[in-house]
Amino acid sequence: MSAQAATVPSRGIRLDSRLRATARSEWIKFRSVRSGPFVLVATALIVVVGAWLLGDANRGSYLAASPAGKAAFDPVFTVLQGIELAQLFVGALGVITVTGEYASGLIRGTFVATPQRAQVLAIKALVFAVVVWACCTAMSFAAFFLGQSVLSPAKHAGIGDPGVLTAVFGGGLYLTLVGLLGMFIGVLVRRTPAALAALFGLLAVLPIVFIEIPGKITKNLGEYTPDAGEQAYQLVHSGAYALGPWQGLGVLAAYVAVAAVAAFAIILRRDA
Amino acid sequence: MIEAQSLTKVYGGTTAVDGIDFQVKPGLVTGFLGPNGAGKSTTMRMILGLDLPTSGTVAVGGRRYQGRVWPLHEVGALLDARAVHPGRSAYDHLHSLAAANGIARARVDEVLEQVGLASVARKRAGGFSLGMFQRLGIAGALLGDPGTLLFDEPVNGLDPEGIIWIRTFIRSLAAEGRTVLVSSHLMSEMALTADHLLVIGRGRMIADMPLSELMARHSGDRVEVRSADPQWMAADLRAAGAQVTLEPDGTLGVVGLGSRKIGELAAERGHVLYQLRDVTVSLEEAYFRLTGESVEFRAAAPVAS
Repeated sequence: MSAQAATVPSRGIRLDSRLRATARSEWIKFRSVRSGPFVLVATALIVVVGAWLLGDANRGSYLAASPAGKAAFDPVFTVLQGIELAQLFVGALGVITVTGEYASGLIRGTFVATPQRAQVLAIKALVFAVVVWACCTAMSFAAFFLGQSVLSPAKHAGIGDPGVLTAVFGGGLYLTLVGLLGMFIGVLVRRTPAALAALFGLLAVLPIVFIEIPGKITKNLGEYTPDAGEQAYQLVHSGAYALGPWQGLGVLAAYVAVAAVAAFAIILRRDA
Repeated sequence: MIEAQSLTKVYGGTTAVDGIDFQVKPGLVTGFLGPNGAGKSTTMRMILGLDLPTSGTVAVGGRRYQGRVWPLHEVGALLDARAVHPGRSAYDHLHSLAAANGIARARVDEVLEQVGLASVARKRAGGFSLGMFQRLGIAGALLGDPGTLLFDEPVNGLDPEGIIWIRTFIRSLAAEGRTVLVSSHLMSEMALTADHLLVIGRGRMIADMPLSELMARHSGDRVEVRSADPQWMAADLRAAGAQVTLEPDGTLGVVGLGSRKIGELAAERGHVLYQLRDVTVSLEEAYFRLTGESVEFRAAAPVAS
């Protein structure tokens, strides 16, 4: 009614402009609350400072280790282990990105503005994945280079060594997938505490359950829990099936895919 | 224009909205009135495509809401004013909504100015008072300058100044030719704001009429007349300038003519009167009477100890 708002975006390229509008909106939402940047900075600190501490601690123990111990030593995984702690932060960020919107009731405002719910979820996941992947890959590289320089003169790796580039990229991909898993679980569960419990149950408790139950079958099945994705940033692969980095990430990605399918199915049907 | 046909919503085994039909017309403030839990919010969520009707349909401007590509340009809504992330500023909150519908950033400043929040636009919403949340919610509804507006309990928790502001504002939106639906559980509020009333109780439509008609029928100084020939009596009363409603049992409800005048008129025209009774009912009482049987949760009468 006023001239200002009458400028509806051009309808010629409707889907394209609709997607871009949703992406812009989701990006504004992501960057305008503290949790996103805060969690990413905390994650970077854990991973990078962790690499320095781990490198420093393992330099001495490597030099004192037996020849067998030296052979099994994985200089990449050693300094990237901070990711195991960081995943809790990134996973929680994925959860609260969604559950925060449900808790405040803002999700209704979102769907009133954009009734295309599947599109909202897809774009939300995409924006999240791009931001988290970029940050986590950068911190994985930073942790690698810092860690290797601290590790020297003990056994250390160069970025060009076989499998190393994959492992360093793998660290960023692993965290991104964990974040996405949290996000889709958040859609399914809607409440922050329950979603966090479900996510950490899958990531941390499920593998322990398989280890604790005696028997070969559970031991072998234990290879296919979501934390198989941790193979991504290791050079040395053990376990019954000796999953490599891509197989490990594939297992985690399969969990993410199942959660995503369920999340899309439910978000279209459920009353908001 | 909002149109609902046999709109029904069942949650589990509970029927929240029970086959209601209504139209909300442009240029008027339509009050959606009913006790808490009557189904007002559920109906509004169905209008906005948030809840799917169990059966029946509801359309805004002739179309289902869900199919719209840039809905904020056509429909604006204030559902729950507190539905804002507490860590996000008022400006960022509105900006994200505006961006989702391709609305320029300048418009965000404009609506913030319009609702009087410009000075706190960059502050985190977590510290807002309820009145500020209501203003922010209204700003969000106005973003796309829509022709249809829905406000769910907009005066809840506002101070008197805020209530008058919203009332005036809502009336001005309708005066501009927009379709405005405002829900409330307060008859007194609706009496001051609405032109037309939809009264709902336990999910059913109890009344759908202009405010003036509701007042004439159910409140004000009214005289109840029972006479030998109600039709003839009614015609004579109308000729004398009264507003007359004829109840099924033959009782006439007369507004605009006092009992004294009616008695004189009856004598003059030779009517046989069985009863002539002054009734004073406030609008509030009329509302209670209308919704009396449809209140879902009612406190038991206090027991004398």
